[in-house]
Amino acid sequence: MMDQSAITLYVPGDSAACSVGADEVAQRISEIAQSKNIHIKLIRNGTRGMFWLEPLVEVQTGQGRLAYGPVTPDDVESLFEVDFLHGKLHELALGLTNEIPYFARQQRLTFARCGITDPLCLVDYENHGGLVGLRKALADTPEQIVETVTQSGLRGRGGAGFPTGIKWKTALEQPAGQKYICANADEGDSGTFADRILMEGDPFCLLEGMVIAGRAVGASIGYIYVRSEYPDAAQTMRRAVDIWRAAKLLGDDIDGSGQAFEIHVRMGAGSYICGEDTSMLESIEGKRGQVKVKPPIPAIDGLFGQPTIINNVLSLASIPIILAKGADFYRDFGQGRSRGTQAFQLGGDIACGGLVETAFGITMRELIEDFGQGSRSGKAIRTVQAGGPLGAYVPVSDFDMQMDYEKMTEAGAMLGHGGLVVFSEGVNMAAQARFAMQFCEIESCGKCTPCRIGSVRGKETLDKIMVGENVEQNLELLDEICELLTKGSLCAMGGLTPMPVQSAIQHFREDFAQQAKE
Amino acid sequence: MIATGPANQDRVRQICLAYDAQPSALIEILHQVQDEFGFLPKDALVEIADALNISRADIYGVVTFYHDFRRAPLTGIDLKICRAEACQAVGSQKLAEHATTNNYTFTDAYCLGNCALGPAVMIDKKLYGRVDADRLDQLLRQKGE
Ligand SMILES: Cc1cc2nc3c(=O)[nH]c(=O)nc-3n(C[C@H](O)[C@H](O)[C@H](O)COP(=O)(O)O)c2cc1C
Ligand code: SF4
Repeated sequence: MMDQSAITLYVPGDSAACSVGADEVAQRISEIAQSKNIHIKLIRNGTRGMFWLEPLVEVQTGQGRLAYGPVTPDDVESLFEVDFLHGKLHELALGLTNEIPYFARQQRLTFARCGITDPLCLVDYENHGGLVGLRKALADTPEQIVETVTQSGLRGRGGAGFPTGIKWKTALEQPAGQKYICANADEGDSGTFADRILMEGDPFCLLEGMVIAGRAVGASIGYIYVRSEYPDAAQTMRRAVDIWRAAKLLGDDIDGSGQAFEIHVRMGAGSYICGEDTSMLESIEGKRGQVKVKPPIPAIDGLFGQPTIINNVLSLASIPIILAKGADFYRDFGQGRSRGTQAFQLGGDIACGGLVETAFGITMRELIEDFGQGSRSGKAIRTVQAGGPLGAYVPVSDFDMQMDYEKMTEAGAMLGHGGLVVFSEGVNMAAQARFAMQFCEIESCGKCTPCRIGSVRGKETLDKIMVGENVEQNLELLDEICELLTKGSLCAMGGLTPMPVQSAIQHFREDFAQQAKE
Repeated sequence: MIATGPANQDRVRQICLAYDAQPSALIEILHQVQDEFGFLPKDALVEIADALNISRADIYGVVTFYHDFRRAPLTGIDLKICRAEACQAVGSQKLAEHATTNNYTFTDAYCLGNCALGPAVMIDKKLYGRVDADRLDQLLRQKGE
């Protein structure tokens, strides 16, 4: 229904963009265009990931897409007055979207289409490189696909960084039978939203990755486990699945290849631990999200006791481009044993927060200072928590660390799912340490005593430290509790909770002894 | 408490049947029952146990494990305030205190995925960003109208 005379406009339908008024802006644009009898085609795209500019309105012109932002409903009238539909200047004009430095400096592979296409338009998807990877995979043997993924150097983006090719090989080697692919869309880490951006902005990309994974390991059923805090992403994924089913990209004969694959969307119920892979499988089976002992590993004995691949959304969404452009293309990005690109996410007290997809190896300083432009509050930055609630608090003096799996571990930090949360002056690090313990208490699945009880004791001990009660002895006790958690926990929930606690003490000792000194 | 009469029991059974009464669909079923009834009435849980042929204890185990499920109706609007780190860094603590002072009932959320636009809240499953005390008041006033 392409109307030749209509001007094409983009207003993101992404839930973060809508959280600051994108729906109202879109509505206002439609109303004014209608009253002025101007023909427009308004597309609700995904976000480009530059959240301080949201709602970001784009107009398609002869020169390319021009951006205006952040636009409020009240600005729309004046945008029409200056004739923004023909790219005219306005105080909110940002020039060509692709030339905004924050965007231009990125290397968008996994997010190549995000914010650019109409998320649920299959024609748009194919016109922007979609389905090339899937068609390649349907022509390849499963062994060839697994080899390509292995050669690409892709490691799991969910946090643990396990090589994806090796995981797939294990599942492929299991005897034929019912196998499963599970997309982990639980994205519980504070400071992360890349899975959500992808699911809302380019849902077909995740589906394509899952179908390729199914072909690679011989699985015919997939589940997408979306956290309930993401109702819009779940809705978009459900609609995407319906569209793919209708287009015969799902079903028992995918694209005429004879390959079968079906996808179900499942919703979580507000539990952080369900992001852990064995817990997630329990939850998909309709049970309590209790963590299970490994081995057996899910690739051998997973969902309903069958071989199961669990991958993060971004691991799976990186598969199509790896198949389409080849393992070498992907490998050439990154450094050391961290190949390809990582979706870094800048959040908290940061001026230019959002999504930065770039090759591994960039420094934390470049991300926070060059991309992020320092704090949003204008106060001096004090620390960054990297890698989610189980990640370390990094002091400014360590900002030159390179961002890759190994380099960050060497520096006492963790990449995790790529989130960076900025805190500025005024943050009380003892309170942050206490929160880490409290979070563990709230979210523990309850299986191990150190995690279930130790977190409560840790919190109580920090309470005492915070009022200056026997600070030295209590810090020692806290250290023992941390050691117990590290050594005696089955999974990283209890095992890594000491990371934020101990890094806070190590780098910000002054916050733990204030009362005592007085 | 809303009393669950026979009609509601029928509805619960219908929901279960829509999922072929599969025990693995329990969480989906609980979500849908809660969406329709506002909470998980005791009778509904009994009905689900019966329809899926699993024990009541198993159902209670699941209902109590997940933070989303509630066994009593909400007293006010469905307001969630993000209390996780990214929102802490931009003042969610103050926002929560404001909400408490004003007797707004809310539940704590641990990340709403809006970490570059905090403080974030969710009202009736819609996300809002950069919410300070004034904006929260305004949003709730709009909802109340
Ligand atoms: C407490 C805990 C929470 C986790 N949360 C998530 C999550 O939200 N999303 C995710 O992809 N992986 C999460 N993981 C990691 C998963 O267990 C698993 O390693 C991952 O989904 C595997 O996919 P990948 O290899 O593609 O990263 C979590 C792990 C733990 C211990
Ligand atoms: S460490 Fe905590 S969350 Fe992990 S299995 Fe043990 S009790 Fe459960």
